Amino acid sequence: MSTENLEVGYNSRIEGDVIVSKADAVINWVRKNSVWPMPMGLACCAIELMATGAARFDMSRFGMEVMRFSPRQADCMIVAGTVTYKAAEVVRRVYEQMASPKWVVAMGACASTGGMYRSYAVMQGVDRIVPVDVYISGCPPRPEALLDGMMRLQEKISQERSLTQLTKKR
Amino acid sequence: MTLSFETLAKQFDSLTQRPSSDYDAFNVDADQLVALCEHLRDKEGFSLLVDVAGIDWNDQSPRFSVAYHLYSVIKQCYVRLVCACVGDESPEVPSIVSVWPAANWHERETYDMFGIHFKGHPDLRRILMWDDYKYHPLRKEFPLAGIEDELPAADVRERVDANVIAAPMMGGPFYAQAADHMSQREPSAADQSWAESNPKRD
Ligand code: SF4
Repeated sequence: MSTENLEVGYNSRIEGDVIVSKADAVINWVRKNSVWPMPMGLACCAIELMATGAARFDMSRFGMEVMRFSPRQADCMIVAGTVTYKAAEVVRRVYEQMASPKWVVAMGACASTGGMYRSYAVMQGVDRIVPVDVYISGCPPRPEALLDGMMRLQEKISQERSLTQLTKKR
Repeated sequence: MTLSFETLAKQFDSLTQRPSSDYDAFNVDADQLVALCEHLRDKEGFSLLVDVAGIDWNDQSPRFSVAYHLYSVIKQCYVRLVCACVGDESPEVPSIVSVWPAANWHERETYDMFGIHFKGHPDLRRILMWDDYKYHPLRKEFPLAGIEDELPAADVRERVDANVIAAPMMGGPFYAQAADHMSQREPSAADQSWAESNPKRD
C-alpha cells in the first residue's frame, strides 16, 4: 500500500518542526472543530437534539459531543424548542454567561419564528433576544438537519476574522 | 349512575343536577362546595381529584364557574361538580386544597388563566405566566394573539430591547376544514392571501 497519496499539507520531514499558516486559520480551525454546545432544550426539538448526540447520528464526529450544561463552559447555544416569554429571561441570562466567542443556533420552527404558536405566551423567534447565527427549519428538524446546521456554523466560524476581533463584542 | 342525587340533595340543598352526556354532574353553591367535597371523599370514595378548570360564560351572570372532576378508584367512576363563582368582577370560590392537596396547582392555574380567586388557598400565585403579568389570558375578552406588554425581568428588558408583542395571526385563527381527504383538512385561516399557493390580493 502506498502512503504517498495520504500526505496532506504538513510534512515534518520537509518542513521540520515549523508550520506556516495564518493565525486566523489556526484559531478558527481550533474553534470550529471543538464547538462545545450548550443544549438549551425547551421543548420537543430537544428530543431530536438528544438523538443527534447519541450513537446513530453521533455529533462527536464534528467535535461537538461535549454538551455542557454550564454556560460558562460552552461555545454554542443550541436553542431547541419553544421560547416562551417567561423563559426568554433565562435564555438571555444563560447566553450572557457564556464566554466569548459564542454562537447561537435556533433549532426548529419555534426557536426561529415562534412556529405554530401564534400565541400570547410564546416569543416569536429567539433572535429577538439573542443574536442567532444559524436557523434550522423543521418541526422538529431531523438530526441530519441539525448536523447540517452545525456544519454551516463550522463554515461560518472558519471564515471569521478571529485575530482582529479577539475581543468580539456582540 | 353511581351516586343517588336524592340522598345527596337531602344533605346539600343547593345541589342541582346538571345535564351531562357521560358521568354524574352536579351544580353546587360556593358555600357548600367544601362540605360536599369532603362528603364525596370520605363517604363516597372519591379519593382522587382529577382536574380543576375554569369556565368563562362571557356576558352571563354569574360569569365564571369552576368545574371539578373527581374519580373514585374503588367505584371506578367520575363525578363532575360545577360551582358558580361569587362576583363577576373579582370572582371567588372557596379553595379545596384542604380536601385534596392536588388542588393546589390546579387552582393556581385557574387563577392564572381566569383570575378566579380561591379563598383559603395557601399560596395563590400565578403558575404559568410570570408574576407581574397583568392579564388573565383565557378570559373571553383577551385576544388570541395577546396584548403588547413588557418582558418579565427589568434588567434583561433593558439589554435586549424586545417586547411582548401581539403575535402575528396571519389571517388566523386557523380552522381545520371539513373535507373527505386528509390533505384538504389542513388547518387554514379565513384570509390566506399571504400563502404562496394563492395569488396575492391587492
Ligand atoms: S419546532 Fe416543532 S418540534 Fe420543535 S419545539 Fe417547536 S413544536 Fe416542538
